[in-house]
Amino acid sequence: MKLNINGETKEVEVEADTPLLWVIREQLGMTGTKYGCGMSICGACTVHIDGVAQRSCVLPVSAVREDQKITTIEGLGVQQFHPVQEVWAELDVPQCGYCQSGMIMAASSLLARNANPSDEDIRREITNICRCGTYPRVIEGIKTAAKRLAAAGDQGGRDANA
Amino acid sequence: MQTPDTDTLEQPVNPSRRSFLKGSSIAAGAFVFGFSFPFAKSALAGEAAAPEVNAWVVVQPDDTVLIRIARIEMGQGSLTGLAQLVAEELECDWDKVHFELVKPGANQARDNVWKSQATGGSTAIRGSHEYLRQGGAAARHMLVAAAANQWQVPASECQVDKGVITHKPTGKTTTYGAVATAANDITPPEKITLKDPSEWKIAGKAVKRLDTKEKVDGSMIYTTDFTLPGMLIAVPKACPVHGGTLKSFDAKAVQDMPGVKHVVQLDDNAVAVVADTFWRAKKALDALPIEWNLGPNASVSSASIAEKLREGLSATTDYVGNKVGDAPSALAKAEKVIEADYSYPYQNHAPMETMSAVVRWRKNGCEMWGATQVPESALAALAEAAELPQEVCEVHTMRIGGSFGRRLATDYVRQAALVAKAFPDTPIKLLWTREEDMLQGHFHPVTQCRMRASMDANGELQALHMRIAGQSILAHVNPKGIGEKGDPVMYQGLDPEGDMAIGYSVPNLLVDQVMVNPHIRPGFWRGVNLNQNALYLECFIDELAHAAGQDPLAFRRKLMAKHPKHLAVLEAAAKGIGWDKKPAQGIHRGIAQVKGFGSYVAAAAEVSVTDGKLKIHRIVAATDPGYAINPQQIEAQVAGSFVYGLSPMLSSECTVKDGRIEQENFHTYQVMQLRDMPEVEVITMPSGGFWGGVGEPTIAVAAPAVLNAIFAATGKRIRNIPIKNTDLS
Ligand code: FES
Ligand code: FES
Repeated sequence: MKLNINGETKEVEVEADTPLLWVIREQLGMTGTKYGCGMSICGACTVHIDGVAQRSCVLPVSAVREDQKITTIEGLGVQQFHPVQEVWAELDVPQCGYCQSGMIMAASSLLARNANPSDEDIRREITNICRCGTYPRVIEGIKTAAKRLAAAGDQGGRDANA
Repeated sequence: MQTPDTDTLEQPVNPSRRSFLKGSSIAAGAFVFGFSFPFAKSALAGEAAAPEVNAWVVVQPDDTVLIRIARIEMGQGSLTGLAQLVAEELECDWDKVHFELVKPGANQARDNVWKSQATGGSTAIRGSHEYLRQGGAAARHMLVAAAANQWQVPASECQVDKGVITHKPTGKTTTYGAVATAANDITPPEKITLKDPSEWKIAGKAVKRLDTKEKVDGSMIYTTDFTLPGMLIAVPKACPVHGGTLKSFDAKAVQDMPGVKHVVQLDDNAVAVVADTFWRAKKALDALPIEWNLGPNASVSSASIAEKLREGLSATTDYVGNKVGDAPSALAKAEKVIEADYSYPYQNHAPMETMSAVVRWRKNGCEMWGATQVPESALAALAEAAELPQEVCEVHTMRIGGSFGRRLATDYVRQAALVAKAFPDTPIKLLWTREEDMLQGHFHPVTQCRMRASMDANGELQALHMRIAGQSILAHVNPKGIGEKGDPVMYQGLDPEGDMAIGYSVPNLLVDQVMVNPHIRPGFWRGVNLNQNALYLECFIDELAHAAGQDPLAFRRKLMAKHPKHLAVLEAAAKGIGWDKKPAQGIHRGIAQVKGFGSYVAAAAEVSVTDGKLKIHRIVAATDPGYAINPQQIEAQVAGSFVYGLSPMLSSECTVKDGRIEQENFHTYQVMQLRDMPEVEVITMPSGGFWGGVGEPTIAVAAPAVLNAIFAATGKRIRNIPIKNTDLS
């Protein structure tokens, strides 16, 4: 079957029920997208499908159509960092870093839908689990990135599929 | 992108060991460390060999400084903090600092030149700051001496700034990179005078972490991501009742499933499916018929465990951790005794990265690539399971996707080595499912505490007896550590003196324990026993203050006159929250303090409870760690520790049914989420003269500060957490 991922079309041979997460990690060898729970709870496996954050650990690869564009953390800021990544580095958001690919994918998707999220929006929308407790800097990071995007008139669509 | 150390692939282990002896080069292939060039993808391969200046420092011809890190980075930021300490004395350019991780086999082969690598108990910095600074200073001496030799001038006429050496009288300059090779031949200085912390330029500053970029572009390779050619994946399952064994399994039922290579028994209690991918291995494992001998604990439940602990609350014991005056007789004589029982449930570490290790076994050597907090023990566990001498084994330590104490245990290392041994020459990645990680944890132990106290007519505390009944971690991991006081770890925060000293003077005080050891495997969980001990003491002190009709801060002050550092952080947190001013309508406050892991910490919380719904608005935390190496990382640690400490208070607990842990994933083990995160203000107030940890102590004050605030808001005293089990309306 064919997948459109980070701007490239890839052919994979795999059982239809294999979750997209494991296809990305094991068949395609892109390990930035993480396994945390396998139950769509923690968000470590978040990718964008047509720009919208989705948890790839419960999504059978067969449910992804060839014309749907998948973006992983590796494809988010290819030429230059996505503003969320930029801000994340400036604020030293990550601690162990394991949840951060998913956190960044969730944050960038939120900003693409809601250019100026309130505290309440962020608290409602970002449901990724971070055991290191980076939440305060995640909140600050999203707000800072929102300002930067607004200043640049940018919608954050800088990924490989944009 | 991080390039983990795969260069030994085609090399037997031994030669790589030897070639790491003094004078070894970082770029000569066979013995490159787990390598990382944050913010620069340049320059590893093909570069001229650079000898080390000493064990801690390698300077490349381009002036890049590599600082070797022996302790483990698991998110707590100590990698950067440790590098700051070396760099401070080295006087190098911080912007040119990179790091590399030390391997325990190499350490052993060099007579432990890097000292202990074990990382836990908030010790990474406070346990190694002195020899690290000395290592940096010695390297500086040698580099300057090398330059002076070249110029044929006295070293005393040279000064150094950011890695540039200047001969003052002539103005001649050179750089560390230019003299690094020559410095390697200089005899290290015998006497080293370290800078006074007031002169620090790099240490003590809020520099950025060295390892951030790879964490925001997805390129960082954790153990779970690490791949070797031809590697197979093993997914294990152990008996869900700890102590039970494997009776039988039917490999035939899954052997024809896609990708499945083999089903391997591990010791007497586990089985692993080996396949070409994780997903296929997991599917086969789920389909594998397995029978267990559940053993004698198959009917144990949370209720039966709690009952045993409760008996311990009134049992007789000789284990005494702190004794002043005669609390039992003072209480016996008292007109009124205030009494309350508290408890703290089992917790799972639940790091986001589940247990994993990559091992390749060969008959002449065995290597592991993986995360551990105890590289030396991991090496020992690897060699033992591999049935090979330690000298031909090596552990390539990797950075960790969270650990919090979980990887102080090496169970997964042993499992990976056992599978690998069944597949000689084939690299095996053992990877636990979240479910396995939840069931086979090393759990924060359960304890209960009976608090009994009496006060005089003026509301002055006269006697306090704290009886702790609960599970001992040491009884499981190191029974030799149990002495005449019982398990000393069970008294954290309640000791008469030292790193875990109680902050109150009570005329009659007794802290004693009864050990009750259920079959659930216990382990050191971030903050360890300080978590519940601080909760018990600080909530009960709050109870006493209210019983005496006194302000909780004023009540504590009177007991803390002889503990000025404890009091100082408490005052700072109280001031930060505005304790002396009335809170806004509907907002209520609580405070707590404790000393743990060498640091004094306090927290003040503001909460509201509306229609039974709790909202934590704000927490102000004050920490006196003696010295602060990286204030912005301390801030991150404190905020993070609140998330870790508030999870058990709000919602997370592991319960036992039919002998096994009930919570198998994050839907039932509910950890704190962003939506619950209060505003956190971090006050760091290093007073100097001692070195305390910062990764753990503040965990312990978050929960009692909030619980005390909940009491202020609702009049409900919650003594059994998590509060999700209590109706607050
Ligand atoms: S791994 Fe997909 S949500 Fe946790
Ligand atoms: S940074 Fe470690 S889990 Fe989020």
